[in-house]
Amino acid sequence: MTHLERLENQSIFLLREAQHAFKNIAMPWSMGKDSNVLIWLAKKAFGGHIPFSLLHIDTTYEFPEMLEFRDWATKEYGLKLIVKINEEARARGVGYETHDPVTVTHELKTVALQQALQEYKWDALITGIRRDEDSTRAKERYFSPRNAQYEWEYKDQPPEFWGQFTTSVEPGEHVRVQPLLDWTESDIWRYIQKNNIPIPQMYFARDGKRYRSLGCWPITKPVESNAATIDEILAELSVTKTSERAGRAQDHHERNAMQKLRAKGFM
Amino acid sequence: MHASAPLPSTDEDAQKLKIVIVGHVDHGKSTLIGRLLFDTHSLPDGKIEQIQKACAAEGMDFEYAFLLDALLEEQEQNITIDTTQIQFRTAARNYVIVDAPGHKEFLKNMITGAASADAAVVLLDAREGLQEQTRRHGYLLSLLGVKQVLVAVNKMDLVDFSQETFTNLERDYRAFLEPYDIRPLAFIPMSAKHGHNIVVPSEKMTWFSGDTLLAALDHLRQPPAPIEKPLRFVVQDIYRFDARRLIVGRIESGQFSVGDEIEFYPGEKKSKIKSIEVWPTTEKQPTQAQAGQSVAITLEEQIFVERGHIGAHPEHGPVEGTTFSARVFWLADQPLTVGQSYTLKLATQQVEARLERVDRLMDSATLAPLVETRPQIARNEVAELVFRTRRPLAFDNSDEVQVTGRFVVVTEGRIGGGGVIFGAQYDRAANVARSAHLSWTDDPVSPEARIDHFGHRGAVLWLTGLSGSGKSTLAVALQARLFRQGIAVTLLDGDNLRHGLNANLGFSVADRKENIRRAAEAAKLLAEAGLVVITSLISPFEADRQNAAEICRQAGIPFAEVYVSTPLEICEARDPKSLYKKARAGEIKDFTGIDSPYEPPTTPVLELRTDLLSKEQSLEHLLKLATKLSHRDTLPGEEAAGFSI
Repeated sequence: MTHLERLENQSIFLLREAQHAFKNIAMPWSMGKDSNVLIWLAKKAFGGHIPFSLLHIDTTYEFPEMLEFRDWATKEYGLKLIVKINEEARARGVGYETHDPVTVTHELKTVALQQALQEYKWDALITGIRRDEDSTRAKERYFSPRNAQYEWEYKDQPPEFWGQFTTSVEPGEHVRVQPLLDWTESDIWRYIQKNNIPIPQMYFARDGKRYRSLGCWPITKPVESNAATIDEILAELSVTKTSERAGRAQDHHERNAMQKLRAKGFM
Repeated sequence: MHASAPLPSTDEDAQKLKIVIVGHVDHGKSTLIGRLLFDTHSLPDGKIEQIQKACAAEGMDFEYAFLLDALLEEQEQNITIDTTQIQFRTAARNYVIVDAPGHKEFLKNMITGAASADAAVVLLDAREGLQEQTRRHGYLLSLLGVKQVLVAVNKMDLVDFSQETFTNLERDYRAFLEPYDIRPLAFIPMSAKHGHNIVVPSEKMTWFSGDTLLAALDHLRQPPAPIEKPLRFVVQDIYRFDARRLIVGRIESGQFSVGDEIEFYPGEKKSKIKSIEVWPTTEKQPTQAQAGQSVAITLEEQIFVERGHIGAHPEHGPVEGTTFSARVFWLADQPLTVGQSYTLKLATQQVEARLERVDRLMDSATLAPLVETRPQIARNEVAELVFRTRRPLAFDNSDEVQVTGRFVVVTEGRIGGGGVIFGAQYDRAANVARSAHLSWTDDPVSPEARIDHFGHRGAVLWLTGLSGSGKSTLAVALQARLFRQGIAVTLLDGDNLRHGLNANLGFSVADRKENIRRAAEAAKLLAEAGLVVITSLISPFEADRQNAAEICRQAGIPFAEVYVSTPLEICEARDPKSLYKKARAGEIKDFTGIDSPYEPPTTPVLELRTDLLSKEQSLEHLLKLATKLSHRDTLPGEEAAGFSI
């Protein structure tokens, strides 16, 4: 069994454990490369079906190309899609034009997610985060409980071993199920390549630039790159020493910004 | 000392080796990992410079450990609080390092990290030697099934690179690990801070000719998937999203092909595999699958299968039973307690179970077995114990099939601990390695069923000695202690018997003989029902005691004669019931020791000199004997084998 096969089989195992353990599941979908891999793995886990809803937290600062891709993929895969916007914050005028990126990200992503959780009462969210994205995610569990205030108690995480997970939650709590935790950025790319998984074209270089990680357009910067194919992206990754999320402003706004965001419920 | 830049690993499809670095707090884990990342050129650009600058600004010396201090708490306390995974690569292969905390407080995080590792590096401080966590982590690695272990003796620069210090540490730690079946592949003297023997051989330790740490890592093997083991297909769920009825799960060991007959345990229903289903449907359907694969299959017959079932090839199935012995580590704040019910999760089975008893408890600092157990396992302790499940469970011994030989204990919705099963008997009656089931289903109240029910066998401890020797005091205390350990125990006291069963008997030689015979028959009946029976009778005559032993042995009941040996003067001085006084005054006739003889046992299994031993010491010996006598593997006639005080 190859490294990629081992990862794929483990992710399928985790998805099936989640499907059994929880009654009301949603899978957040950013249309980014990782969440498209997650959809692919779910299709494999459930025999071509996806037995839960997908959730797009629309910050209203989405790249138009991403929205186009969303509508195309929803049809292509036959997805049940829920789109959530924090209308209340937008009405208050929260936006990148007037506020700092940590505040906007918190309001338009994290709070929007909390509103959706209240509305739909999900007991589990299947997310596409990976340990190699940043140092707080490196400490995550596959099944990571969140309390009723949506907080991650990272100082006192339950033990997790031997394929046994935290699956019981009190009302109002939920569990983040993270089947891609062990994958790396290049694993994701090689898996996309091997399976020919559709992804937005913004990841590939145009005019000497490409997006390595995608978020809200005002705070997402492309990297200098001529990588126009997956092979070229993989070659680029094997020599780069900049981090994947270097182009995501909210991560670097202040010291420990990511930890503060994630402790409050950011993915 | 920097290594030359390694070539990037070319085979990207090769599996990564997952290594966990464990050991006592402050023995240098974070420094070692920082060093490995630096020496293998695995750090992002500018990271070292950034941290060096920060250190200079705060007037601190640069530490490689700072590279890992990602969370606020670590920066404040300078300890690793949770498992972090870090990737690096050498010319030979890709690695994932699991940095597990060495602080006792964070044992659950260490276990979370180490449980998934392919190999472990135990880090030892050359100055401090074996510490509590060095021992505990070593023992836990054995429970967790991590077979490949390297021991890095760090901070050699602080012991003048002394070969003698290193050799002594190697000898001591090997001796400690030996009983747990862990044989480290290498001991490496090094200094993470100064880079000795990490990547390049140290010029300060020319006496050491072994591999550097990195070379030793590169020599480790990727543990092979257990394809050669018997098939264990663990069912996760049944899906009916379309016309198909998909049985989904993971093959934990072995392999199967379309057309194979599969038996599902517990319950033993059989069917043949019709197909292995895949998506996208344009992919070719496989005809076989093996350990490590998550699969979806359809069966030829629509037999009842549900989550929790384990599919196996007929005649090579797991054990089915309701009791088993296990080595358990406990992580929750509330102690694991005899008599209480817990949820056990084994593979995808979930079952209610009662902790029956504690067989061995390890000292929490030294991990040496304690002479005396107690009915509670506290946080961070390890023990050998027996569970009884409410309904039959399918399982293996962990040395047979790892994944189906281990379980977690759930308390208050969280994993409270884990255990590995040992000593379960596969049914070999059919003369095959493994077969259908244990004999417990044949006769629900067979002697074996009783042993399964109680978790131990019935037995008789026969306490003999003068009046006032301390028999009843010890018997009462022993009964209480065994009862708390979850052992079904009862007490036959000579005085009490004389109020009922033996009310018509006096103290003549003939009546005393009959008194003992009836007591022995009663003890036998109770022991046959599964109880551990403690008798407390003067039983002065050797022939009567031998007769009692014979009554029990003929019924297959383990029997042990215990001589509570106290000098007459002391008994008479104690005289708790004023009987000696009355006997001396002639108010009582035929009183043992005064006007009737006491024949001391010639070959008691245990002699307790209560004038020399404290009550607690006597009790310890009795407990040890009772535990041995009632152990399920004890054979009548061999009670005394290997027992000494």
